[in-house]
Amino acid sequence: MIKIREAFEGKKAFIAYLMAGDPGLAASAEYILTAQEAGADLIEIGIPFSDPIAEGEVIQAASVRALNAGTRLDGVFEMVASIKDRMRIPAVFMTYLNPVFVYGYDRFFARCAEIGISGAIIPDLPFEEQGEVKTVAAKYGVEIVTLVAPTSEKRAAEIARNAEGFIYLVSSMGVTGVRDEITADLPAIVSELRKSARVPIAVGFGISTPEQVKRVSAAADGVIVGSALVRVVAQYGTEAGRALFHTIEAMKGV
Amino acid sequence: MENGRFGVYGGRYIPETLMSALYELEEAYAACQRDAAFQAELNRLLAEYAGRPSLLYYAANLTAEAGGANIYLKREDLNHTGSHKINNVLGQTLLAKRMGKTRVIAETGAGQHGVAAATAAALLGLECEVFMGKEDTERQALNVYRMRLLGAKVHAVTSGTMTLKDAVNETMREWTRRVSDTHYVLGSVMGPHPFPTMVRDFQSVIGREIRAQMLKAEGRLPDAVVACVGGGSNAIGAFYDFIGDASVRLIGCEAAGRGLDTERHAATVAKGSPGVFHGMKSLFCQDEFGQIAPVYSISAGLDYPGIGPEHAYLHESGRAVYVPVTDDEAVDAFERLSRSEGIIPAIESAHAVSYAIRLAKELGKGQNIAVCLSGRGDKDAAAIARYRGEDLCD
Repeated sequence: MIKIREAFEGKKAFIAYLMAGDPGLAASAEYILTAQEAGADLIEIGIPFSDPIAEGEVIQAASVRALNAGTRLDGVFEMVASIKDRMRIPAVFMTYLNPVFVYGYDRFFARCAEIGISGAIIPDLPFEEQGEVKTVAAKYGVEIVTLVAPTSEKRAAEIARNAEGFIYLVSSMGVTGVRDEITADLPAIVSELRKSARVPIAVGFGISTPEQVKRVSAAADGVIVGSALVRVVAQYGTEAGRALFHTIEAMKGV
Repeated sequence: MENGRFGVYGGRYIPETLMSALYELEEAYAACQRDAAFQAELNRLLAEYAGRPSLLYYAANLTAEAGGANIYLKREDLNHTGSHKINNVLGQTLLAKRMGKTRVIAETGAGQHGVAAATAAALLGLECEVFMGKEDTERQALNVYRMRLLGAKVHAVTSGTMTLKDAVNETMREWTRRVSDTHYVLGSVMGPHPFPTMVRDFQSVIGREIRAQMLKAEGRLPDAVVACVGGGSNAIGAFYDFIGDASVRLIGCEAAGRGLDTERHAATVAKGSPGVFHGMKSLFCQDEFGQIAPVYSISAGLDYPGIGPEHAYLHESGRAVYVPVTDDEAVDAFERLSRSEGIIPAIESAHAVSYAIRLAKELGKGQNIAVCLSGRGDKDAAAIARYRGEDLCD
């Protein structure tokens, strides 16, 4: 299993989010490899969920497309397993807690370890509830990536001290999705977090342009781009490879 | 109870952006519980504005027809706005105001909670926005108009199944967008801590009144308390005061829709399994991979794939039992209570009435049943007519 840490070594990490099963699992496998080729340093693989309460319209719609295409958790595992040997960068799952809980924590994280998934981002699992999941995930060497929001305030230090993998700093209020303005005072929040954090800090939610990537990367250790890539897949369907490659390349600002 | 847990159920499974707001709410609520002035103001509003205490009415005709135990109806339908929802909404909007919030948002299924929230917001001078599944805005067009009339903005939710579950999703999303000046007036004993506890406390006035009224009428506690369960707020309100009284049977009636042998139901206890959703660990209707199932009931208020965590706990501990009631049975009870007592119940409440009629026979004479008549049925008249093949223009 490739450690999450490697994505941040000697560089600002570009983290690409893609929804598994959108528009189908075969296409997802191709697009994950495309993102790697285009220079992504870490891949976040979304597990589609019926009720993604932290997502904006773009990722909600991707979830619906994936589920309507018949994507099931077992299929997502198989898809990731099928490209395991070609992955040179770490990959993590982004999933709501219920699919993990229902599958069984032990069974889920054992499967993650088998197929080379290094971590999981679970947006409806705040710090206070992480204990039951972290202890099981740790048995299999899977790290639980925690989120920090502009509203975390006095809880942020405690969260940062206990963070694994990397800290996912939510850029601004609201759900995921493309925004014109990244409202939070990022440099101030990042430097405050660094006092307690032992892991890198990556910023996500609403980052969609090369300029935003550049600005956010300057302030933090990495940047997460989701909706802007999912929108490319939505537009081109099974033919999105080329456009995806160019989008990532442009954002990385090579 | 620690950290909002009821046994293994409950908790706070919510995006990080909302966590500080939940702590702020928990602290403010605890302060208000200790604050005599807040309690006095709430009690004044419950009495002078909502019309409490609501009556405990002995349904003599229905009792005679059922041929067994005495059936008493706890008349929450007589509250201002026509349901028990006002109890919780007055508490939460007063609290919101105390916290300095200027805006409230709410989800609604049938529209009862949305109307109650819009009403309290109008009374207390708060801005109000209500999220309602598009399908429900069509099923309950009159309630949409009532909310607008009260000054609220109503958003038709077009995601997912376009019903109550999706309205909750969208209200939570809206809360993450704008949390500093906004309180989410959650309508049931569900969601993340402290909502299940706080809403239960605001609704527990129902059970306290039943106790006093039944003692006065019969000189003893009821033998059974029966209530319908969607998220479960009127049920927990009716049950809570009796949890320590082992002689009182507590029975929740969930929506079996077209029947438990079909896919078209919302019977979470009978057919659901443990899961984590909408901020809480509880029981949910879902598939083997944890995708939340599309549920169905003739009643928009019971058309929800989960149940409050305290109910999951009461079920697991055996203190309360949960029984399924079908659309057909609920519609029969809806018509029966209308004709025998001249009381048109909400179709949600009709689920409880249906089971109470069955239970009355089973228990036999000399026993007493208190049924929570959680709301009035005017809103359902057109839908029930349609169910019977008659198309009304409203």
